[in-house]
Amino acid sequence: MIGALVAREVRRGSTGITWLPAAFFVLVVALMPFAVGPDAKLLGRIGSGVLWVAALTAALLPVERLIEPDRADGVLDQLALHGVADESIAFAKILAHWLTFGPLLLVAAAFGAALLSMDGRTLLATEIALLIGTPGLAALAVTIAAVTSGLPRAGSLAALLLLPLAVPLLIFGAANAWLLEGAVALFLTAGAPFVAGAAIRASRT
Amino acid sequence: MSALLRFDKVALRRGGRLLFEDLDLAVGPGEALQVSGPNGSGKSSLLRLAAGLLGAEHGQVERADAALADDHVALDRELPLERALRFWARDPGAAMNALGIAGLAKVPVRLLSSGQLKRATLARVAASPAPLWLLDEPLNALDAEGAERLSKAIAAHCQAGGAVVAASHQRLPGDWRQLELDA
Repeated sequence: MIGALVAREVRRGSTGITWLPAAFFVLVVALMPFAVGPDAKLLGRIGSGVLWVAALTAALLPVERLIEPDRADGVLDQLALHGVADESIAFAKILAHWLTFGPLLLVAAAFGAALLSMDGRTLLATEIALLIGTPGLAALAVTIAAVTSGLPRAGSLAALLLLPLAVPLLIFGAANAWLLEGAVALFLTAGAPFVAGAAIRASRT
Repeated sequence: MSALLRFDKVALRRGGRLLFEDLDLAVGPGEALQVSGPNGSGKSSLLRLAAGLLGAEHGQVERADAALADDHVALDRELPLERALRFWARDPGAAMNALGIAGLAKVPVRLLSSGQLKRATLARVAASPAPLWLLDEPLNALDAEGAERLSKAIAAHCQAGGAVVAASHQRLPGDWRQLELDA
């Protein structure tokens, strides 16, 4: 059932909407030269930080479609009746969300780097940092989606909850402190299924 | 044979209100039980409790594997009906035939009418291998032909040693043991 669930999530995540976070990411990055001026040296210096802020904001976009539609439509109830633990549901959703979100973001980051005239070495370092950090971001997105599902205006609330929690990833990721960033990402990814699973259980009325 | 669903002195509280207490209940193989009562008496909550989706305030709930049909369709709307059902059951063909929706196999779920969706929801239950069916207002949105197909499916399920618990405020066709909840 878990495999079928991951396949379903990937299928549902890889329609037209998959491109939305990546396109949003590029758009946010493209705003930066307009905001700080076309100074290539300055842009290159702040480039990796800009990519990270863009990645965090792009991670917010899919939050509302991750859990809430399945809660409202009874899919989460039916999965429970089929004996799937809520933690397993959360794990499957995190894995599938990363698959449809992470790799595309890495591609978008290469476009973004060109817009910011970042050099190859900085881009490579940022890509590695994003590769380490995006599973943590995906885990965080699913967790916040589970915590806010069923609430009115969940989208705005999700932004307020997710962004502060992503700060450690941002700090270590933008500083290329890969081991510390990996530790944070591991902590988030390992803990998220339990938090999200508990939230799914609590949302059942 | 042992019961497929057993309540032992069960109390259920929802939103601070005690819906029922000291409820004893046993539904064995081949039995069909209708839970009736006015709006808000806890019929749906009793089914969700039986399904394990809610916890009891007091008492014990034991149950066999159950399948639930309530007003949530739980089928992916962008998929054709048969593929959407296939996510939950390996072979939904017989159940689709029984509910009279075999002709809709290729139609996307989002295009179905509410009566067709109800039949699809019931087919999801009928296709599952679970011995215990929990049906919440199964007649809602069904036409006369659909209701007849449903009662045939229920009879066949009971014949095969399954059990059905249905919540409805109207009388269900067929032979049902009654449980009345007070408001």
